[in-house]
Amino acid sequence: MDFAHQLVQQLINGVSLGSIYALIALGYTMIYGIIKLINFAHGDVYMVGAYIGFAAVTIGNLPIFPALLISMALTALLGMLVERIAYKPLRHAPRISLLITAIGVSFFLEYASMYFVTPTPRTFPEVMPNTSFNLAGFVVNGQQLLIFGITIVLMAILTYIVQKTKLGKAMRAASFDTETAQLMGVDSDKVISMTFCIGSALAAAAGVLVGVYYNTIDPLMGIMPGLKAFVAAVLGGIGILPGAVVGGIVLGVVEALVAGFISSTFRDAAAFAILILVLLIKPSGLFGKNTNEKV
Amino acid sequence: MFFGKKKFRLAAMLAGGLLACSVFTGCGGGGDNAGGGDKPAGDEIVVGANFELTGNHAQYGANANNGFKLAIKEVNDAGGIGGKKIKIVEADAKSEAAESVNAATKLISDDKVVALVGPAVTANVIAESQVATDNKVPIIAPAATNPDVTVENGKVKPYVFRACFIDPQQSEVMAQFARKDLNATKAVLYLDSSSDYSKSLGKIFKEKFEADGGTVVMEEAFLAKDQDFKAALTKIQTANADVIFVPAYYEEVGKIVKQARELGITAAILGTDGWDDSKVVDIAGKDALNNTFFCTHYFEGDADVQAFIKAYQTEYKNAPNVFAALGYDAGKMLINAIEKGGNDSDKIRAGIEEIADLQVGTGKITMDAATHNPIKGIVVIENKDGKRDLRTKIAPVASEGAAQ
Repeated sequence: MDFAHQLVQQLINGVSLGSIYALIALGYTMIYGIIKLINFAHGDVYMVGAYIGFAAVTIGNLPIFPALLISMALTALLGMLVERIAYKPLRHAPRISLLITAIGVSFFLEYASMYFVTPTPRTFPEVMPNTSFNLAGFVVNGQQLLIFGITIVLMAILTYIVQKTKLGKAMRAASFDTETAQLMGVDSDKVISMTFCIGSALAAAAGVLVGVYYNTIDPLMGIMPGLKAFVAAVLGGIGILPGAVVGGIVLGVVEALVAGFISSTFRDAAAFAILILVLLIKPSGLFGKNTNEKV
Repeated sequence: MFFGKKKFRLAAMLAGGLLACSVFTGCGGGGDNAGGGDKPAGDEIVVGANFELTGNHAQYGANANNGFKLAIKEVNDAGGIGGKKIKIVEADAKSEAAESVNAATKLISDDKVVALVGPAVTANVIAESQVATDNKVPIIAPAATNPDVTVENGKVKPYVFRACFIDPQQSEVMAQFARKDLNATKAVLYLDSSSDYSKSLGKIFKEKFEADGGTVVMEEAFLAKDQDFKAALTKIQTANADVIFVPAYYEEVGKIVKQARELGITAAILGTDGWDDSKVVDIAGKDALNNTFFCTHYFEGDADVQAFIKAYQTEYKNAPNVFAALGYDAGKMLINAIEKGGNDSDKIRAGIEEIADLQVGTGKITMDAATHNPIKGIVVIENKDGKRDLRTKIAPVASEGAAQ
């Protein structure tokens, strides 16, 4: 296998990994955009989504798409519940209290799930044929295409909601200035609640797709993807939707290239070095401008 | 008023915390060094189970704990030892070395246990071994395969034992298997860089494989809990090796094998006892798992282990994995030591050291007094169409643990 061949194969690997980061990063970035909270529990919401999808497939005997939708719906409720119970009472508290609460929620979700589903990893049954296509020597997997496709579709729906609907308008207004938006008649509590709802649904979609693609889920599966998605969100400019998607895919590609051409030992170091470099050089991220409207 | 209440609650919590701290520091000082050696109260023998019940290693610790509890339950159901029942006090090592020390300290000084079993993972056992040695309470580590668990600076730790073989033996067996049985000349190492277990196995495999005339052409690494291995595997594919050695735990192994085969890597993939779990085939798929081999502690088709597998199935409604089996073995060893007349820590320690030809869950073992490693066989298993075949069986040999 020559250099060019490996390069293309690594780009394929990177984009498929990056689309998962992107899905999780979208939720991170939306929530940050609205209430300036880095929701560390987001990775764990993703984990719960994966388990709900798993239950729907194994106990409910559902095919993958209904399972995905059920998981997204229930996880959306969970996201709203978390917001109502843990974050809403702290709406006017200092930012740091909110951040620490998010860490608490994260641990709560991890260890409550560990109690209920046991720490043993679960394996997803084969819910869709896993065919690999060999295109001129490059291996592309059917599930990789599916993940990429679903990411694009969800991203399109999200853009539509944010740009074209009344709710989206309210979200943009609230993200711009919550108090002023409230004075203009925007019910900011409802907007925040809906943001958590949508963000959590996206995380659930990522969780189920990861479960199907990588075949295994466990209660601590959300920690690392959560951190990586955070890096992706910061890289793209936290609070900016297209930034999260581009950030996720760039991060996935960088990881694949570092692992492929430098050393797999440096892969995670590279990911977090990106975080440090972005914060040092351009804290607002690739897409960030200080005056940009944010969601 | 509201404020007052809140402050009071805070103060109460602080006071509680301080109290807890003082308990821990009190025993950390090693003041009562007879510690667990005290006479057991009444008609019970109290032993401690210090396992990783939460955290990253919970899946290993919880299984080993189940195996251990089964062994103790069997002896209690049969009337106990000399009329005395064995009582297990459980503590959570939380998958962290410091927490393992806390749990061991609590078991020894508060619960007055006469012996400790666990934790599952090497680092957590090594952390706890100092506390046990200071308090003269014996430990049996079920599954910690690193040589340093029982040996320190060339000297055996008097109170630390294990129920499994050690890493150098595993790597030597697999390196030899790769060279002689598979005629491999080029090998790739793919290691979990977050685990000492994986790194030390990789190092010894390389030494042995190269001493036998092979070459290790590439070394790559991943981290426990990774999901995506395709980037490194794509690189590994370019090395065109005959074998890929992946000494890691089953969750990652399953994913690595699956993704390697998806990329079209057909080379034999080799591993060690971390592979020994029925989940590997669920994760990787049975076709992907063909042409993979690993060494482990027992073969489930052996006549010797049927009794244990059946008992475990009945108790927990699922098949035991290797951690459960070794936890059970550790329990059997402890019971044997107590039966030989020991119900205080020192007699139990001597009893474990003298274990000879004892039938445990995974076969017969003899304790090597020089290294505190049991002398037991190793089996090499081949995965074939989702089933396990016994490939070779290496007879029991004493390890050279103390010499290193």
